[in-house]
This record gives sequence, C-alpha cells and structure tokens, in this order.
Amino acid sequence: MKKLTAILLLSILLFQNYALSEDTEKLLKTDWSFKGLFGKYDRAALQRGYQVYTEVCAACHSMQYLSYRNLAEPGGPEFSQEEAKVIAAGFEVLDGPNSDGEMFMRPAKLSDKFVMPYDNVEAAKAANGGAYPPDMSVLAKARKGGADYIYSLLLGYDDPPADIILDDGVYYNKFMYGNKIKMPVPLSDDLVEYNDGTEATEEQMAKDVTSFLMWSAEPHLETRHKTGFRVIIYLIILTILVYLTMKKIWSRVETKV
Amino acid sequence: MSDNNYTPPSKIGKWFNDRLPLLTLANHLTDYPTPKNLNYWWTFGGILTFCLITQIVTGLVLAMHYIADTKLAFASVEHIMRDVNYGWLIRYVHANGASMFFLAVYIHIFRSLFYGSYKSPREIIWILGIIIYLLMMAAAFMGYVLPWGQMSYWGATVITNLFSAIPLIGEGITTWLWGGYSVDNPTLTRFYALHYLIPFLILGLVVLHIWALHVPGNNNPVGIEIKKPSNDTVPFHPYIVIKDAFALLLFLIIFAFFVFYTPNILGHADNYIEANPLVTPAHIVPEWYLLPFYAILRSVPDKLMGVVAMFSAILILVALPWLDTSKVRSAIFRPLYKQFYWILVIDVLILGYVGAMPAEGLYLLVARVATAYYFIHFLIILPVLGLTEKTNPIPLSISEPVLAGTAMATRSTGEDKIESKLKSLG
Repeated sequence: MKKLTAILLLSILLFQNYALSEDTEKLLKTDWSFKGLFGKYDRAALQRGYQVYTEVCAACHSMQYLSYRNLAEPGGPEFSQEEAKVIAAGFEVLDGPNSDGEMFMRPAKLSDKFVMPYDNVEAAKAANGGAYPPDMSVLAKARKGGADYIYSLLLGYDDPPADIILDDGVYYNKFMYGNKIKMPVPLSDDLVEYNDGTEATEEQMAKDVTSFLMWSAEPHLETRHKTGFRVIIYLIILTILVYLTMKKIWSRVETKV
Repeated sequence: MSDNNYTPPSKIGKWFNDRLPLLTLANHLTDYPTPKNLNYWWTFGGILTFCLITQIVTGLVLAMHYIADTKLAFASVEHIMRDVNYGWLIRYVHANGASMFFLAVYIHIFRSLFYGSYKSPREIIWILGIIIYLLMMAAAFMGYVLPWGQMSYWGATVITNLFSAIPLIGEGITTWLWGGYSVDNPTLTRFYALHYLIPFLILGLVVLHIWALHVPGNNNPVGIEIKKPSNDTVPFHPYIVIKDAFALLLFLIIFAFFVFYTPNILGHADNYIEANPLVTPAHIVPEWYLLPFYAILRSVPDKLMGVVAMFSAILILVALPWLDTSKVRSAIFRPLYKQFYWILVIDVLILGYVGAMPAEGLYLLVARVATAYYFIHFLIILPVLGLTEKTNPIPLSISEPVLAGTAMATRSTGEDKIESKLKSLG
C-alpha cells in the first residue's frame, strides 16, 4: 500500500508541472543563487538589479508594494540606512493636506512606497499603446516559470519568423505567451553603468534585475530557507525519539508497529 | 464499556464530575479500546484533526490582518507576506495546509473504501464524513477567493455560474449568491464570512464523527467485529496516541518541506496577479484537490447535466453503504474487489489529470470514459460484485490466524491444535 502514497504525491507534482504546459520555447536557464535548500540572494546582484530597475524598468513599471525601507532590510539588497535614505530622497511624493489645507510635494522618506511612474492604470495604458506594464512587486511569482521566465523574456527578443506580421509598437519575443509583446527591447549592452565595475552585458543585467524581482516577490526567502532547515532537522530528531518511544511502548503487546 | 462506572480518585474530582462528567469523558478517551492491528492508514484521522486545528489557528491570525474589500484584499495579503511578523509563514502554512488537509482526507476516504469501514454498523460515521468533505470543499473554494487574485476571481465566477444552470430559478440563485450582477465586493465579503464560519461547522461535525465512531469502535484491517475490550484491543492511550504522534510527525516533515521550500508549487501563478474582471486568464483551473470533479463537470456536454453529474459524483458516496452489497468488509478477503478498488484509484487520478488539461480532443474523450467508469464502479460493479464474489476465508479474531478452508470457520484454533497433536501422536 506504500504505492498509494507514492502515486498520490507523484501525481500532485505531475499535475502542477504538466497542468497548462504547452508547446512553448524551453526557458533559458542560469545559475540562481537563491535556488535550493540553502539558497540565498546575492547582495551585489540585488543592488545592481535595483539599479537596472530604477534606471530602466521604473520608467514604465511600478512596484507598489515595496517601500524604500525594504532596500535596507536584512535578506534584501541591504543598502545601508544612509544609502536607502539618499535613494528615497531622490524621489518626490505628494503629501498633505498641510495646515493650510494644501497638498504639497516633498522628498520621499524610507517609510514611503516606491513612487509609481504613472498616476493610475489608465494613464499607464495611454502612455504604452494600450498595454499596461504590469506592477513588478510580485511579478516573479505571477508568471509560470518564475525567475527563469522573466530572465528568458528579457533575452527572448528576436526577428519574427516570415509568416508573422507585426503591427507598429508590437515586438516578437520567443517566450511571451502568443509571442507578441508591446514592451520594446528593454536591455542592450552597457545600457547602465554599474557602480561596482561589473560589465553591463545584456545577460548580466537580465540576471541582476531578475534576482531583484525575485527578492521583491519573496523578500523573506532567506529566513524561510534558514527556518525551514531548522524546523525539518528538529522534526526529524523528534520523529526518531517518538519512534523509539513507540517501539518501547508497543513491546508490551506482541503486535508489531 | 465501563465508562459510566468511572469514579475520579480525588474528592474535588468526584464533586466536579458529578456535575459535569468531563473526567468520565477523558477516562473514556484514554481507555477507549482500539483494535491492536490498526495499520498506518488509520493514523490519518488524527492527522486530519491536526490539520483542522492548524487551519483554524493560522486562519484566525490571518483574519486579524486581512481586509475583505475588492480594492484592498490583494494588498492586504501582500502586507501579510511582507510586513506582518512571520506573516509569510502563517500564510504559507494556511495555504499549503489546505492542500495537506485534502491529501490526508483523500487517503482517509480511500482507506475506508479499501477496508469497508463505511459498512454496517458505521454508516452514520461515513455519511458525517461525506458532509465534512463537502464542507471542506466549500471552505477551500471560498478561501481561494479571498486573496482576490485572477484565479480567485475567475474561479469564483465559474463555480457560482454553475448554479445558473438550474432551470427557472438558476439565474436568481446566482444573483443571490453574488449579492449583485457579477462577482464583486458583496461576494467577497460574504465568502469571507462563510469561510470563517465553515471550519467551526466542520469542527462540530468532527465531534459527531468521532462520537459516532466510539459507539461501534474502530473497524480494522481484517474487517471483523471484535470484542472490546479484549485480547484484540489496546487502550487508546498510550498505544494509539504514540503511534498517531509518530505518523503525524512524518506527515509534518512533508508538510514543512512544502511550506519552506516549495510554498507556491501547489498554487497557481495567476493568483499573484490582482483580480481583473476585464482580463480572462488563458486557462481557469481549480486547485488540484477539486480537479477530478472539475473533469466530471466538463465531460458532460450539457451544462445542467454536467452540474448534476458533478454533484452526483459526491452524493453517490452517501449511498455507498447500501450500494456495496458484500457482507465482507476488508478488501484483503475480497480478491476481485481489491482489483476494482485499484482501478477506481487510478480512474480518479486520471480524472484529476484531465481536469487540469484543456477540455478538448483526447483529454475530453478520456475524461468521458473515466467519468462513466466512476459511476459504473459504484452503481453496477459494487452491487453485483457483492452478490457474486467468492471471498477468502476470514479469521475469527485478530489474534488468531486465518483458518484454512471455510468448513473450519466454526472451529477454534484450540481444537485444531489438539487435533493436530493427537494426529502427531498417531
């Protein structure tokens, strides 16, 4: 009857993997530091990723669930408090009303949410040919394939096959659902100048910004991995102790357990 | 059982127990005679109780931070994931806990099917179990709506629209369920209220389920009635308690692996996109544990008949104790039933698989065959099998070995031993 458990567990995994699987392009793979039981984010990659986000993506994509303070929190890019304050101060937010009943602009503080590129979804659509550039806060979890998908998409621009004719403002991407995307090619070599001297190749930027998006979607991933390891070790030890206790107790009756 | 004769050792205990016999209850639960041959498939009752409590406790904490409003629900879930202390842990335990709950309940149900635990005198336990299972599905479905992601919204739309298939009053019922003319804020708030209520209904039914169990006592792998208490039983505490604890811990290791290392593998990526009534996802798929029924629903071309088939697939289980005509409980002694049992298991797994696939071409054909077989199993195979199957000989008690040949079924092993000794003496 052990096979029942095996069948059940296996089938759950199968369902999830093969559910909705279509004959799409195989995603590009790269070595993510956050994969695996002990996976952690690469701080430098997250900091570079933030730079790519803020200099490139943020022109159109919001990140409404992140605050500037998150940039300095443990398990993330871990900018220093001072650095994060400087980053925040570079943005203007609407505040108020003040004692005169007026709304006013002021530099952003650590507690403020990331400033959005557009006032609302309609404005974002109007500026982007009718397509809404999705909010990036949880994007890495909101797409099948996760980080691999985003990484692949960023590098998946290509000339369209002869039988596909594209309208103006529509681009061909191997990994996009339906292969048509309204986002122009976002990355090109040396588009940003990294402070740490890393060469800003397309692949490097794609990898860095995807790591950053993975962190923004799962800001507690490192704690989760660390806690999980401890919890499972604890459970295994407890299970062994309970097993031995059980054997001892059941030795009083002749039935095996 | 000697429950009623229990006298607490202390004076104050006796004083209290005379007014509210909680100590008698505790004594009954401790001494409850349990068949000693229960295997690990019997540990899932305890595991399920643990799952229910886990869902209620984590759900309570989530409810303190969640906001049931279409404009704020998604953001409040992100707030839980990011800013609430260990909010990510509580939410992942709750979300994966639902899957673990269903995994355990399916094993529990299929254990009952294998060992014939639903048969007389345990029909009420079985029917209560089916009601609990139905409520679990309702609670899980409504819970999935609360984060207000794309699958929440569109899943709610698809499932509530099923009721519109009912002739004449269907449209009215759907509008009434929604609290408007589409899935919207009134739908979300009432789903939240019901999602909070149902677990407590389940808890009440679980008490009845266990109460009903404690009247005839547990079935066992051999499936025979045993004298309780006797040589064949052990007291619930410490024997069953420690065994349940061991099984629960093994279960928890798997549970923890999901929570800490693949917390989103059982969910759907689209649910991390905020609900948008103007954008329909490419595929609307329910959670894995509802897929077999989703496959049955879609395998029938007519909407109303599809809904009828889906609900019948669950309600047919209520009639199971009477559809299965065999007097022998355990599949161990039913060679043919054992085969059909495994075919049913595979059939349900196939239904689950095609439920996740688009309803077209080969998938649809397979879904139709599997649906037909599901009903054939319960409506034709079980009644006929019970009347025609030649079962294997059944032992008289758990302690004694199976007697060879039915003719000897009335003799005790003691007599056999004497006889064989006499023979050996010549």
